[in-house]
Amino acid sequence: MKKNAKQSAKKNSAKKKSARKNAKQAAKKTAKQSARKPARPVAKPAAKPAASRATRKRAAARPAAKASAAPKPPPKAAAPAKPASAQRPVRSASIRRGPYPDVAIVGAYNTVQAKRIPNMTEAELVLDAIHGALADAGLTPAAVDGVNVSTWVSQLNPRSVVQWFGGRPSWTGTSHPGIESVLEAAAAIQTGQCETVVIATAQCGEYTDRAATVSWTRPENEFVECWGLYTAAEFALMAQRHMHLYGTKRAALSEVASAIRSNGAVHPEAVMYGRTCTPADVEASRMVADPYRLLDCCITSEGGAAMVLTTRERAKDLDATPISILGGALDRQGMSYVTAPVWDKVGWVGRRGAKLTFEQCGLGPKDVDFAELYDPFSFEIIRQLEAFGFCGEGEGGDFVMDGRIRIGGELPVATNGGTMSFSHAGVVQLLQKPLNAVLQLRGKLPKALTVPNAKVALATNGGSGALFCDVMALGKEPV
Amino acid sequence: MNRPRPGIPLPHPTPLSRPHWDGMREGKLRVQHCLDCGIHVFIPQPCCTGCMGSRLEWVESSGRGTLYSYTVVHRPQQPAFEVPYTVAIVLLEEGWHMLSNLVDVAPEKIWIGMPLEVVFHRMNDEITLPLFRPRA
Repeated sequence: MKKNAKQSAKKNSAKKKSARKNAKQAAKKTAKQSARKPARPVAKPAAKPAASRATRKRAAARPAAKASAAPKPPPKAAAPAKPASAQRPVRSASIRRGPYPDVAIVGAYNTVQAKRIPNMTEAELVLDAIHGALADAGLTPAAVDGVNVSTWVSQLNPRSVVQWFGGRPSWTGTSHPGIESVLEAAAAIQTGQCETVVIATAQCGEYTDRAATVSWTRPENEFVECWGLYTAAEFALMAQRHMHLYGTKRAALSEVASAIRSNGAVHPEAVMYGRTCTPADVEASRMVADPYRLLDCCITSEGGAAMVLTTRERAKDLDATPISILGGALDRQGMSYVTAPVWDKVGWVGRRGAKLTFEQCGLGPKDVDFAELYDPFSFEIIRQLEAFGFCGEGEGGDFVMDGRIRIGGELPVATNGGTMSFSHAGVVQLLQKPLNAVLQLRGKLPKALTVPNAKVALATNGGSGALFCDVMALGKEPV
Repeated sequence: MNRPRPGIPLPHPTPLSRPHWDGMREGKLRVQHCLDCGIHVFIPQPCCTGCMGSRLEWVESSGRGTLYSYTVVHRPQQPAFEVPYTVAIVLLEEGWHMLSNLVDVAPEKIWIGMPLEVVFHRMNDEITLPLFRPRA
């Protein structure tokens, strides 16, 4: 595998530009061919304006309702239909610069994302990602002295990829792609171990047996596999318990899935571009694992992504808008998909990570302009909003209604369409969460998906069924 | 609800988990119990997850419990599973949880908190699976 990767890397560097261009065009063509035309009219954005901050605060102060309690009315909508930004109260007095004051994210790039990218290897995809992110930053490979590049199927790893850079880089990350790798790289730069780090990953060529669920959702553990468990069922067990405890309704799950999928539907780079989705569409889709229907679940796809971090000092010389890492922390409570996902034990996973993240930068949920939350299944959004303190326990179902998590609402979520619509290429989505936060903060998303005046973003990796949830906050300069 | 049938992926017991699977063949639901802090530990671990002590013994569970959460699965993990089947988390009387399949009950009759009991379902000479069914 390694040998093949190196060979293709060599080949690629020889005729880099033309090869990349051809591969990308071919992949785009494939993606286009597989993309279906929109069959339904575009979902109407919720008519009601987002509830005011004050309403939200009151909602958060309410005690959590139990299943036996009468259903709560949704939070009242504010009367004036002001733009979301105008409703924002004065931000917390000052944003502390957090643990990484000398670090900036300067490059962010997604390769083509598609259901299948049969004409590219993972090495080719990840190379495209690296070059794309470096070009976005206005840097060349010669500037890189830190590397964390890995792939899932072909098992490329940072130590071998350093050779693509002629063996020059001195620092390699060991974390998996995603928030943990971004925090690790930021710490390495902040502590002076390196100046410029490339984080990249890609995944393709894995999901071929469509009679089964995708391989990375099927754990082989002796206490899990024999029960027919897979990721959707694991997360369903969490949702069912929450619905039992708090009376969370089907309509809330449908609204989450519709909101996120509606974002991807208008994002030309999304795998599900053009595929609109109303709450009724979600409810009409086939049952997968109760309560999850097909459109409650993320998609599976292929693709790559990369990010470049450097010092704030170096960033001054670059054209790219630098994005700050305001804070971040991990919350790991066990191996994913091995032990039973018991709500009482892991239902609030990520709360600790969010608390530490907010403490590091002196911010709170009310300061967050949009959230790139892990969205494997609709209920996970509701769970995270409760766990992180955007609303009270058991109130997430009400919180997501009235357009609040849609673009133009108070807290847009998964603004590129997330794993339900933009792309879910195995581990790549982990990196794409903070990456899309960077693109959104820079105003680089399609106009229809742009959150006006966004300054602070939250990004997360992992959810309750997986027994881990990592959190980070990102901010636009100047913080 | 459909029971597990031949062809599904079966457990490969490890030295750590073998006492559990050996117990199955004898009709016993075995779980680790901490001699120091008294909790039951599942899945099998080299130390107690409550106090990290290493004085664990294998004990027999009553096999009685209640339904903690469940999902009726309509899209099989792989074709060997016959849909629909129900994946359940069972809270055993001794205070520990395990994953299993819920059988002998129609989907509309399932409710969280319903009393359950273990039923041993022989798959082959080595592996017997602990399923759960409603208990009167």
